[in-house]
Amino acid sequence: MSIRLIDISKNFGQFAALHNINLDIPAGELVALLGPSGCGKTTLLRIIAGLETPDQGRVLLKDEDITGQHASRRGIGFVFQHYALFRHMTVFDNIAFGLRVKPRRERPAETEITKKAHALLELVQLDWLADRFPDQLSGGQRQRIALARALAVAPEVLLLDEPFGALDASVRKDLRLWLRNLHQELNVTSIFVTHDQEEAMEVASQVVVLNQGRIEQQGSPDAIYDNPVNAFVSKFIGQTNILHVEQNDAAWLKSAGLVFENPQGIYAHVRPHDIDIEKMSATSASPLILKDWQHLGSSIRIELVNPQLEGSGGSLYAEMSNRRFKQLNLNRGDRVAAHIRQAHWFD
Amino acid sequence: MTQSSIMPGFRPALAFTLGYLTLIVLIPLSSLLFTSLQLDWNEYLDIMIDRRVLAAFRISFLTSLAASVIAGLFGFVIAWVMVRYPFAGKRVLDALIDLPFALPTAVAGVVLATIYQPGGIVGKWLIDNFGLQVAYTPLGIVVALIFIGIPFVVRTIEPVLQEFDTTMEEAAACLGASRLQVFAKIILPNLFPAVLTGVSLAFARGIGEYGSVIFIAGNLPYVSEIAPLLIVIKLEQYQYAGATSIAFSMLIVSFLLLLGLNLLQRRLRKRSGQI
Amino acid sequence: MQAPSSTAGNAIVRIGNRQALRDPLWLRCALIGVAVGFIVLFLCLPLGLVLYQAFAKGWQAYFQALSEPDTVAALRLTLIVALATVPLNTIFGIAAAWAITRFEFPGKSLLTTLIDLPFSVSPVISGLIFVLLFGSQGWFGPWLSAHQIKIMFATPGIILVTVFVTFPFVARELIPLMQEMGNEEEEAALSLGAGGWKTFFLITLPNIKWALLYGVLLCNARAMGEFGAVSVVSGHIRGLTDTLPLHVEVSYNDYDAVGAFASASILAGLAVVTLVLKSFLEWKAR
Repeated sequence: MSIRLIDISKNFGQFAALHNINLDIPAGELVALLGPSGCGKTTLLRIIAGLETPDQGRVLLKDEDITGQHASRRGIGFVFQHYALFRHMTVFDNIAFGLRVKPRRERPAETEITKKAHALLELVQLDWLADRFPDQLSGGQRQRIALARALAVAPEVLLLDEPFGALDASVRKDLRLWLRNLHQELNVTSIFVTHDQEEAMEVASQVVVLNQGRIEQQGSPDAIYDNPVNAFVSKFIGQTNILHVEQNDAAWLKSAGLVFENPQGIYAHVRPHDIDIEKMSATSASPLILKDWQHLGSSIRIELVNPQLEGSGGSLYAEMSNRRFKQLNLNRGDRVAAHIRQAHWFD
Repeated sequence: MTQSSIMPGFRPALAFTLGYLTLIVLIPLSSLLFTSLQLDWNEYLDIMIDRRVLAAFRISFLTSLAASVIAGLFGFVIAWVMVRYPFAGKRVLDALIDLPFALPTAVAGVVLATIYQPGGIVGKWLIDNFGLQVAYTPLGIVVALIFIGIPFVVRTIEPVLQEFDTTMEEAAACLGASRLQVFAKIILPNLFPAVLTGVSLAFARGIGEYGSVIFIAGNLPYVSEIAPLLIVIKLEQYQYAGATSIAFSMLIVSFLLLLGLNLLQRRLRKRSGQI
Repeated sequence: MQAPSSTAGNAIVRIGNRQALRDPLWLRCALIGVAVGFIVLFLCLPLGLVLYQAFAKGWQAYFQALSEPDTVAALRLTLIVALATVPLNTIFGIAAAWAITRFEFPGKSLLTTLIDLPFSVSPVISGLIFVLLFGSQGWFGPWLSAHQIKIMFATPGIILVTVFVTFPFVARELIPLMQEMGNEEEEAALSLGAGGWKTFFLITLPNIKWALLYGVLLCNARAMGEFGAVSVVSGHIRGLTDTLPLHVEVSYNDYDAVGAFASASILAGLAVVTLVLKSFLEWKAR
């Protein structure tokens, strides 16, 4: 079910949480609302669910205006950051809750409810926990139960608030892939909120980057990574070297292959893997010295410095494959030349 | 906390604590225990199955029960309003909840009697409009015990309500539950242990309450005479055995009540997997 | 028996416009109406009526009632009882909290339970146990009368029973607070060479002062206002063993409404001051 947000604004007292948000989410997508904490992403999610009312603007669900509708009538599933499982009910009763509170006419028979709840428990692979209470579960188990509970009422849209935020790093990795697969299986329009760009890129089919209550960019993970529209998105997504063309030594930037005869701004943003390195002789004119490197698993990150430059502007990070690094046969203190393959320009 | 060798004053502090506790609390309380144990079983039974004593116990229990349940109901509403709704003058009203703790019981007693006596402000209105006499009837006892019990209920529920995980309510709403269903299926079950504790505290206090009750009760034997008053009457007649028997029975009952409550709380918590 | 200390009125759950938590307007109004109505009828009305009745026959009658020798004697006795009781239980409360929260020893939780015991005893029974000890037929009765020592129906008995009734107040405020505080600060002071008393006055006391005052306040209110227990051991000798609450009872039973409510107004004033200070201390302790 598609969602359309039209001109949504929300203030908390003096603080403007959301400014004129316009957003279209096509049916069947898995969308990440990505941004630093306090950027308004959770507020936006809660407005879609009907847990908050916007000061201005409309929420459309499949072209139907639901702005004034109570949360209980929207048919939108919500998974809370801390799960909000009903602690006085068993796992089974938690999942059955949404079916049992339906009006008598729509309510399925108890046998039907039992069947459906067990099917959902199997879907989240936790059927053996049906009689436990939430306090007896691990974080990852609670997360999956909360998801199963939200799915019980067959929502048209599923919203997840920081779904992996409260989990251990190792559990988080597993659940990310699991959620992505589950979404492909169910194909229900889903939006999740996260502050972790890696998580957003890995799980989502569409990413919406928010900052200070405004949408900075919306697009596929590829589009956002390869073509950030502004400095914020470029800095927020992935690693970036930020070069100030007027401050930094024009000579070495030029020697590094950066084309700035036609600069489109003051700052050049360069991804580490867009920098290639060449070993030079000790007497070469290149001002760059290899200072140190770190293993990142499949790749190597190399720190280059320009000793002639004062301050922080002098470090440059490059990334390359292990194999390439071994071929170069570099040592600390070696003089090197850098070649910048691509840069994004911003003011 | 770990035992700290450099912390001074363990021996004097503990010695003083134990000595003072023994002198002020343990020895006096043991006097009741030993005096009771010296009683002849038949003598004890004779005292306890006396019609007037039985009537006093029945009145004390029924009025305390009624008052604690009513206090539980109103206390719940007050706690809910205090925690959930903002409105002007709330802080003053909230501070007033503790009045029954701070106001000496004798003062409460004479004031309540004055208000609810047939010529009093509320008493006259109740008689004129409903033909209902409160003072000098068991109803008067209930009124006094509601007054005494209300802070126990409110102050037990309030902190639990403040700590209540409100996202559970939101989750239930997202699942399609109406506000009434949220209240009945989410809020009430989670607050029930606290309500039960508050009501039991009010009940236990009500059974032993004396000062605020005797003025409004009228103290008619068999009708509105409470058990603690009977202890006082027996003492005034130097019937130590009688007074001790009644007191001992009251303590046993209170003890059983608290024990039962603890077991019930434990079961409630066990049921929700918190042990 | 004593309810948990209040933390209310300050920490309110912020609803704002969290739609799912909002009750319908009519319900909110109705519930606020019920709560406010109850508080006004059951709590404000009695408080107001004390003053109304005390001044029913004018200022002169009020002050005349207060200056009666029996009233003055009752007030004096009430102050003496409070002055004797409160310091004793305060010292005990500090000592008990220090022993329980700063050291590990067997039977600690039993000790903590025993300290709360007086709260679960009916006031009348609290009086009774001292009669069983010191009354003419009590354990020490014969010995006391042989040595001409009067405890029952005299000031010492009233003080003893008041100490019993107000026993837990200070300790139960301090124990949870000092437990939570831990003893790192004190250990730091001690390791820097401060002595035991110095550590207590410079480190512990500043940290616990508001809770201590809170406990003292509640202890004092109860000490001045205790009725049932004192009534049992006092013997009701006018001008001699009547405390202010007992004097209220006696005047009321003599149909001396102004006298009863004049004395009651002092106690009600004490209650109001207690409530105001209590709110202040709760605010301070935060």
